[in-house]
Amino acid sequence: MLKPLDENTGYGLGRRPIFPLDACNVGFSDGGRQLLDRVSLTLTQGLKTVIMGANGAGKSLLMRVLHGLVKPEVGAVLWARVPADAEVMSRQAMVFQKPSLLRRSAEGNIQFVLGHLNRSEAESRTREILERAGLSAVARTPARLLSGGEQQRLAVARALALEPDILFLDEPCASLDPASTMAVEEMIETAHQTGTKIVLVTHDIGQARRLADEIVFMSGGRIAEHTAARQFFDGPVSAAARDYLAGRLHVPGYSAGT
Amino acid sequence: MTDPASIFLLAMGLVTSGNPELYGIIWLSLRVSLTAVAISCLIGLPLGAALAVVTFPGRGAVIAVLNAFMGLPPVVVGLVVYLLLSRSGPFGVLGLLYTPTAMIIAQALLVTPLIAALARQSLADLHLEYDELFRSLRLGATDKIAALIWDGRYSLSTVALAGFGRAIAEVGAVIIVGGNIEHVTRVMTTAIALETSKGDLALALALGLILVGLAVAVNVAVLSLNRAAKRLAYA
Repeated sequence: MLKPLDENTGYGLGRRPIFPLDACNVGFSDGGRQLLDRVSLTLTQGLKTVIMGANGAGKSLLMRVLHGLVKPEVGAVLWARVPADAEVMSRQAMVFQKPSLLRRSAEGNIQFVLGHLNRSEAESRTREILERAGLSAVARTPARLLSGGEQQRLAVARALALEPDILFLDEPCASLDPASTMAVEEMIETAHQTGTKIVLVTHDIGQARRLADEIVFMSGGRIAEHTAARQFFDGPVSAAARDYLAGRLHVPGYSAGT
Repeated sequence: MTDPASIFLLAMGLVTSGNPELYGIIWLSLRVSLTAVAISCLIGLPLGAALAVVTFPGRGAVIAVLNAFMGLPPVVVGLVVYLLLSRSGPFGVLGLLYTPTAMIIAQALLVTPLIAALARQSLADLHLEYDELFRSLRLGATDKIAALIWDGRYSLSTVALAGFGRAIAEVGAVIIVGGNIEHVTRVMTTAIALETSKGDLALALALGLILVGLAVAVNVAVLSLNRAAKRLAYA
């Protein structure tokens, strides 16, 4: 179901634009360690953005800052040049690495985010969402009794039930088998095709190759590269990215083969 | 008659005979304690959930006071309610002293801090689990509290049963504000105290057996509820 687009702005009819999304000199430290070091980044609407980097590079933190879960110590996050307000916040959704499911049935989890609809609308929308996620057969099953793959599909389906303009995904397939990973990737691809901006954190290079239009590569709390996916995989510019793609531990100041 | 075996047999006879006096006392005890626990849940569960969710200056102190009030001595609560409801007290005009309503008020005051404190502990863990999701969904405090109470309903049932256990077993508060008046405010615990002092050990023991039976039933209910909740992955 494609969102109706305004011919002039390219955004949903009657809704003000929220892109580009800008992180402006964003900094965050904890325990004396600089976790985000004056990061500046601009994300536009149409592309699927994949954030990559080694453990501790600041990927998930950057995503949380963009989504508004963490307030940066310095800098700002701007949506179409202005700080986020309640409306902008309501047009975002996030899927976490560990599916954060309520102690309810699968359908109960979906209905939880459809509180703005009346009962019959919420029920029919829930059926539709679960069917699209391939979860109709387990609609009444307690969410926590679902398999890991089903749980993550439910978490993605619940996020998409919000019809977000931007969907943040923090390693959603980290503990999933290949089939479940493919199912989640299909949901992400479908969401992208219906106009939802995708921002995904992953360690899975194969997944990044399959999904990414552009790569943001982070190292040591900074953005080492922000480039088109093909360009990144064909010829990474930074030593950190080269080491990462080659499966080598990156030590700043040292490059293998030198 | 001081032979324990014959007292026990007499007590069992009373329990099985359907003695109207005995069952009148049991009925009043249940009515008072269940009503008090219902009121305490209405106040204590949202209060506990709010303390689990909302942060404000002095929250730690409020929690410390609430935890301390879990062990409120029933006689002190009884005394406070007595002072409030006595003829010269601020609510004396209502004429509630020595009525079941006064006993309900006293037990509700006794049990509310217990229910609020246990609910807070239980829901704080659940809130930790849901925190990022709630913040991502930009839920307000009221929505968070409602979701936590609903999703934590099984563990909160255990909390309510713990409150009922405290209410039904206490004697100090109800004897002060109820007065232990026959057919009006006499409940199991006050009757046991009176009958023991009068030497009617059979009736006291019969009531004691029923109290113990209720305590066992409450514990079995708690255990079954927890098992069911775990089986359904809702706990």
